[in-house]
Order: sequence, then C-alpha cells, then structure tokens
Amino acid sequence: MDLNIFWFILLGVLLAGYAILDGFDLGVGILHLVVKRDQERRVLMNSIGPLWDGNEVWLVTFGGALFAAFPQAYATAFSGFYTAFMMLLFALIFRAVSMEFRSKDNSAAWRSFWDVSFCAASALATFLFGVAVGNAMSGMPIGADMEFQGTFISLLHPYALLVGLFAVATFAMHGSIYLYLKTEGALQQRIHGWMWQTFGIFLVLYILTTIFTLVAMPLATHNFREHPWVWIVVVLNVLAIANIPRAIFLGRPGYAFASSCATIAALTFLFGVALFPHLIYSSLNPDWSLTVYNAASSHKTLAIMAAIAALGMPFVLAYTSVVYWVFRGKVQLGKFSY
Amino acid sequence: MDVSVLTLSRIQFALTIMFHYLFPPLSIGLGGLLVIMEAMYLKTGDPHYEGMTKFWTKIFAVNFAMGVATGITMEFEFGTNWATYSRYVGDVFGSALAAEGIFAFFLESGFLAVLVFGWDKVSPRIHFFSTCMVALGALFSSVWIVIANSWQQTPAGFHIVGEGLRARAEITDFWAMVFSPSSMQRLVHTVIGAYILGAFFVMSIAAYYILKGRHLDFAKRSFTIALIVAAVMSLAEPISGDLQAKKVAQTQPAKLAAMEAVFQTGSQPTPLYLFGLPNAKEQRVNAGVAVPGLLSLLAYGDSQKPVTGLDQIPGRDWPPVAVTFYSFHLMVWLGVFFVVLTLAGLYCLWRGTLFEKRWLLWVFVLAVPLPYAANQLGWVTAEVGRQPWVVYGLLRTSDALSKAVGAGQVLGSIIMFIIIYALLFAVWVFVLDSKIKHGPDEVVIPPTVTAHSGLFGIAGLRAGIGGASLTETDDVKEEE
Repeated sequence: MDLNIFWFILLGVLLAGYAILDGFDLGVGILHLVVKRDQERRVLMNSIGPLWDGNEVWLVTFGGALFAAFPQAYATAFSGFYTAFMMLLFALIFRAVSMEFRSKDNSAAWRSFWDVSFCAASALATFLFGVAVGNAMSGMPIGADMEFQGTFISLLHPYALLVGLFAVATFAMHGSIYLYLKTEGALQQRIHGWMWQTFGIFLVLYILTTIFTLVAMPLATHNFREHPWVWIVVVLNVLAIANIPRAIFLGRPGYAFASSCATIAALTFLFGVALFPHLIYSSLNPDWSLTVYNAASSHKTLAIMAAIAALGMPFVLAYTSVVYWVFRGKVQLGKFSY
Repeated sequence: MDVSVLTLSRIQFALTIMFHYLFPPLSIGLGGLLVIMEAMYLKTGDPHYEGMTKFWTKIFAVNFAMGVATGITMEFEFGTNWATYSRYVGDVFGSALAAEGIFAFFLESGFLAVLVFGWDKVSPRIHFFSTCMVALGALFSSVWIVIANSWQQTPAGFHIVGEGLRARAEITDFWAMVFSPSSMQRLVHTVIGAYILGAFFVMSIAAYYILKGRHLDFAKRSFTIALIVAAVMSLAEPISGDLQAKKVAQTQPAKLAAMEAVFQTGSQPTPLYLFGLPNAKEQRVNAGVAVPGLLSLLAYGDSQKPVTGLDQIPGRDWPPVAVTFYSFHLMVWLGVFFVVLTLAGLYCLWRGTLFEKRWLLWVFVLAVPLPYAANQLGWVTAEVGRQPWVVYGLLRTSDALSKAVGAGQVLGSIIMFIIIYALLFAVWVFVLDSKIKHGPDEVVIPPTVTAHSGLFGIAGLRAGIGGASLTETDDVKEEE
C-alpha cells in the first residue's frame, strides 16, 4: 500500500470519527426544539456539553489533514464551493456559541433565540455535509486547471439534496439513541418514541438514497463491480441497521448506539469505496479529476505526516477515551453545567 | 487578476484573523496563570486558591470557545480565498498543520472538558494534570502556527517544483522548515506577548474588585500572581524583540526598512526614530525625533554600519511604509509602558502600598486594551511588513488568490462576517461582564462565617455597586 492510499484511508478514518462523534452532537441539536421546557433543553445541551468541542476537533483535523495530504483537492473544494463552505462555517460558529451563551442569561427571549439558533445551525451543518457527499458521488464540473466551473446553485441537484436529508435523518436517529442513553425518567420515555420515529425516517431515506445511487450514479458503483468483496461491508451495514430496531425493542440501547455508530462507519467506508481513487470527480472530463495521486503532496510530506500521526494518534485515542469515561453516565445538571 | 477580489479577500482575511487573535493570546496567557493558581491550591490546600482557579477557569472557557469558533474560519479561509496559496504551500504547511491538529487541538479540547466540567468528577491531582495539558495545548497550537507563519517570512528546507502558475514548494528538510531562520525568535516573542496579555487581563479584573471592595482576598492574590508574571514577561519582551529585529534586518531587509522608515541607505550610521511621520511619496520622515546611529547598533551590533534602506529594494517590492512604521512604533511604546507600569506596581507591592493607591489600580483596570493592541500591532508589523509577498520572495499576495471565487461572493461573506462577529463580540462582552459581576464564589469557612451571613454579605455588596458595568442587567446569578 502506498502512502497516498494510506492517507486516503486515514482521512476516511478521521471523517468516520467525526461523523460518529459529532454526529450525535448534531443529532441532539437537530432534536433540540422538540422538548419545550427549559430544564429539559438544558439536559439535552448538557448531554453533549463537555464533549462537542473535542468532537469538532475531528473535523478541524480532517480539514488540516486534507490540506496537508491533498492540497490540490483542499484548494479546489474550498474555493469552488465558497458559498457552501461559508454557510457551513457560520452554522458551526452559531452551533458553538449557542451552547456557550444560552445559559448565561435567564430571560426567555434570550434562551429561545439561542435554542432556535442551536437547532437551525446543527440541522444546516448536517444538511451541508450531506450535500457535499452527494456532490462527491455525482461528480462536479472541474476544468483541466483543477478549478471548479459551476455555481453554488448547481451543487443543489436532486441527488445532493436527497443525501443532505439522509444525513439529517441519520444524525437525528444517532442523536436520539445517544440521548436515550444519557437521560432518565419521563424525558427518557419520550425519547424512546423519538428513536422509533427517527429510525423510520432514516430507513425510508436510506432505501431511497440507495436506489437513486444504484440507478443514477454509475461512477459510485464502479468499484463495487470491480471488487466484489466490498459487498461484505454492504451486508454488514444492512445488519447493523437491522440491529438498531432489534436492540431498541429488546431494551438494549447500548447495542442500538453501537449499531448506529457501526452504520455511520460503514456508510463512510462505502462512500470512500465509491470515490476511490478520486477525491473530486470531474463531470466534464474524467481525466481532469483530482485523484489521490495528482492532488497529493510529495512522498516526503506524506511520510513525515504519517510519522506524526503514528506518534500522536495513540495519545488522542487514549485521552479521548479517558474523557468519555470521566463523563459517562446520565446527565446531571450541576454548578458547572451550561 | 481582479483587483477587487484581491482587496476584498485581504480585507476579509485581516478582519477575521484580527478578530480571531483577540482570543488565543488570552487562552495562552490565562492558561499559564491557571497552572500557577491551581498549583498553589494543591500545595497549600487553601480554598481561596481553589475559588480563584474556578473563577478564572470560567472566563478561560468562554474565551476558549470564542477562539475555537473563530479559528475554524482561518482553516477554511486558506482554501476558500487563497486557493493558489494553498496549492503552493500545502506540501510545506501540511506537516505543521497536521502536527497542530494532532498534538495541540485534541490535547486542548479533550482536557478542557475535564478542566471546566470535571471538578467533582476527578481527583484534584488529575484535575491539575488536565489544567497543565490545556495550557500546554494552547502553547503547542501557537508553536505550530508561528512555525508555519515563519516559513512564509523566511522560507527554508524546501525546493520549488513546476513552473509559472503550476509552481509549488515541496519540503526537503522537515527540521529546517520547523527551525526556519526566524521561527524560534518569533515564537518566543509571540508567547511572551500572550503571557503579558493574560496577566494584564487578570490584573484589570482583580484591580476592579479591589477598587469596589469586593472579593478582596481573591482579588489581591490574583493581582499579585499576575503582576509578577506581567513584570517578568514585560522585561523579557524587549530582549526577545531585539533578537527578532536583528533577524529581520538579516532576512527581510525591506521589512526592517519599512518598520524604521529608512528610505536612503546612505553612508552614515542610521538613526533610530523615536517618533515621526513617514511620507513614502517624498521618501522622508516628517517631524521625526531620532537617536543618531542607534538603528545601526540595534540591527547589526555595529553603530557605524548603515542599515539597508528602501532605495536598495525595487519599488514593486516595497511594503506599505506608513502602516508598518506606525504599528511597529506603537507596539514598542506600548511595550515600554508595560515595563514602567509593572515595575511601578511591583515597587508599590514591595512597599506594601499598592492596594491603597487607587489611581494606580485604576490605571491597571483601564490598561487591559493596551496589551491587546500591542499583540495585534506586532502581527500587523509582521504581516504588512512582508507585503507584497505572501511567501517572502517567492509568491506575491496578488498571485495567491482563489481563481474560482468572484468579488460578489467575497463581499457577501465579508458582510456576513461583520454581522456575525459584531454579534459575537457583543455577546462575549456581555457574558464576560456578567461573569465579572457575579465574581468568584465566596469561600465559606464554617467556623467563622456561616453560609447564611455569607450570602447576606454578598447581597449587600451587590446592592452597593452598579453603574460601572458594561451592560444593564442586574443580578445574573447563574442557575444552581
């Protein structure tokens, strides 16, 4: 395996890590307005309070690693999708400060403003992630000079919009299972209902997206024909999805959450398989696509970064686990809460 | 090349980076002070130090969140607005950015959770360890960012691949890139600047409490720790600045010439302007007060050798002289003021009269914007003085833009940034103000003060103040 492929995989790992971890944060945000009482909204926010910041770092590191390993792809994507990235940026900023500032004043207007902002920002960020995935799958108008030639509106085609909705549904389901684990009493009883509802929506959109992809995205299915073994992941993915309602039904939310994590990991993996070896597929001329080879940094940089990652990642995983261990258990609102 | 896209992109970058840089120096400086405070708590077991650490941790957390939120903007902006630059430097910056993400960001934000939310979840020792890790993480992030920026100032350890518009830098020697000629001097200067800012921030709030007669014990202890740090750092900063300026003289003569408005090289020793109004058009300094030969001495350690002037630099490679000159000189004078003020403070502290000198305490209360200004001005000097290059001598700022982005898009995002950042700033001031008004939780030591009388005491104090706050809300006692 060469370093270019190694970094493609590592980016996939970072993306999957981000989607799993910040996925439930965003999911909690999407569901935030469903509860009405102030105390319950605080429980929702504080369920992710100590963790979201660390989770968002996975995205920051993903961005940094993309810049570092595949600067051409980073430059093309960020400049080409200028408006989309600015919207994502504003959504992420609002998500962060909504949590930080909501609890700082008692007035109802102040709190509902930040509540709406928290929910809208979470939903918008998730939707844009989905739109980005949808466009990566369908290909984009990239010229011979590696520059994007479309417009923001051209990114909002039906397939991308569908994947955007699918992302919102996935994170909402993921977030509801997470909340079920972190809450107790009457609120938890209600969240039990949310798990079924969000799972239902997720399932419908999963089926629609799969059909749309198989019918209309020849690029995305190419690798599946070439390498039939990846169908194993598809099967595992389906099993993980099937295990979510089973575990909820059997009253084992921990398994449901693990299955939901596995589902997101599998979807990220399948996304990577569909894309490889492309990073950005040119719909104008396949030869103009950005691949893990023509968009990459030099072999030396990839090697240095691999050493840095090998040195740093064990620490990251170790203390991320420690932090999760410290904040395990049900949410308790206390002196230091939001 | 569309000039308006260039101008707008530069405005946006300046706006977002300057706004962002309001927060990281406080995170670095306050992080260091938190380590000292919590170490004192662990050592003495005195609950006053515990209350102190908890109070400053809350401020730290708010500030840190602002830094994270505005920092993501910077990571995005390299790609969105400066795509050609990203393609050019990606190979070199890659390793620094990857190191920053893995070593600094994960460290900070992981342990920040324990620092802020973990007081009653982990033992004091583990908590202290987390505080150290957060402070270290804040420091690490400055290390990698300054290394990357220093490579733009004094590129090293690379070679150029490709030609014309396709040219880009590729790394040849990682350690030569990390230890590029200017990186370590610049890093030290930046970090000391951050510690000065953190210390002045703490002193400002503490002096305010002393003047208002609130939280006296807490305020005096906080003030003393911060004053000592501020004095040491303010004294160290000119030394580090001198080392750095010598490096600039050697590696970026155009920048030094602009900083000091040296238009003609001449054959005489070069004077140093204490004040002056540089006029780039007429190539002279109006109303200047200069010390003969001092610049030659400072730049080269040789009072006879003339300093390279802008006449040796082609006109198209001149940085903007006035901005560079003013920002540099203002920064230096602010630095002088910090030395004088902190030494005066230390002298009064030693004499035991500091906390009675109300006028001096008011100076400390009001001085807090100055280290912010000094930190900003230092970066303005560094970045404007590097123009017209984005990578010194290699890539012009005007060539570094995104090709796929139009002026309308950038204008739109600038407007959004102004609205959102204005809102953020207002909210940040409001939250800070409410934290300050709320103050630290009173330390309740059972035998002497009952909780009941303690609460009445606070209520009485609260009723006594007011008016001097930045916003109009009264009691903002937090829930629970």
